[in-house]
Amino acid sequence: MTSDVSVRVLFFARYAELMGREAVDLMVPAGATVAEVLERVRATLPEAGRLPPRPVCALNLRHVKLDARVAAGDEVALLPPVAGG
Amino acid sequence: MTYLTRDPIDAAALLAEVAARGHGGISLFVGAVRDHQDGRGVIRLEYSAYEPMAEAECRRIVDEALGRWPVAVALRHRIGELAVGDVAVAVAAGSAHRDEAFAACRYVIEEVKRRVPIWKKEFYADGHVEWVDPTARRPEAPAAALAPGANA
Repeated sequence: MTSDVSVRVLFFARYAELMGREAVDLMVPAGATVAEVLERVRATLPEAGRLPPRPVCALNLRHVKLDARVAAGDEVALLPPVAGG
Repeated sequence: MTYLTRDPIDAAALLAEVAARGHGGISLFVGAVRDHQDGRGVIRLEYSAYEPMAEAECRRIVDEALGRWPVAVALRHRIGELAVGDVAVAVAAGSAHRDEAFAACRYVIEEVKRRVPIWKKEFYADGHVEWVDPTARRPEAPAAALAPGANA
């Protein structure tokens, strides 16, 4: 039996404009992957259809692949192509 | 904030941070706001960041450089609104000899551009506004001609 945990998903720059928001809090099963968090975002927010299918993601301030697993209170960030420098 | 700043960047201050009696070579890279992009006039731009991650990623990049070369490194990236000619980023690397200073400086700026979550919104002279996507941008002809291996 798995319990749901709360994670915060952040949107930046162009993605924040596409979504019309900078963050959303979601409940996902404990141990869900970042890809599953993205699926939940798409199921919850219709604007998420405008996001690319496999955006670059960070988990708790580190770049991760989409198979990384989340825990309660984690922060998942969707990162548009970076353009510093 | 350690690596990000909303204030103008003082490149001389970065040079001072990496200066030492044993450092015979100091390399400095300064990135400034250019007045054109893809043939369009740029009048200003705005940098924004996922600030806590940008700070953490800059820290990791600097630590990687310190692990690879015997250097001191200083790094600063500006965020907020910038005008043409403003310094957007500066990297200084000091070492006993120039090879390590150049290598570390180059490493840090390339990794910053590749990994640090900073975004740039360009405001063009024709009134358009765009988020810059380096992965979609066509290379400029002169840069392509100078690409490594182009003359091989």
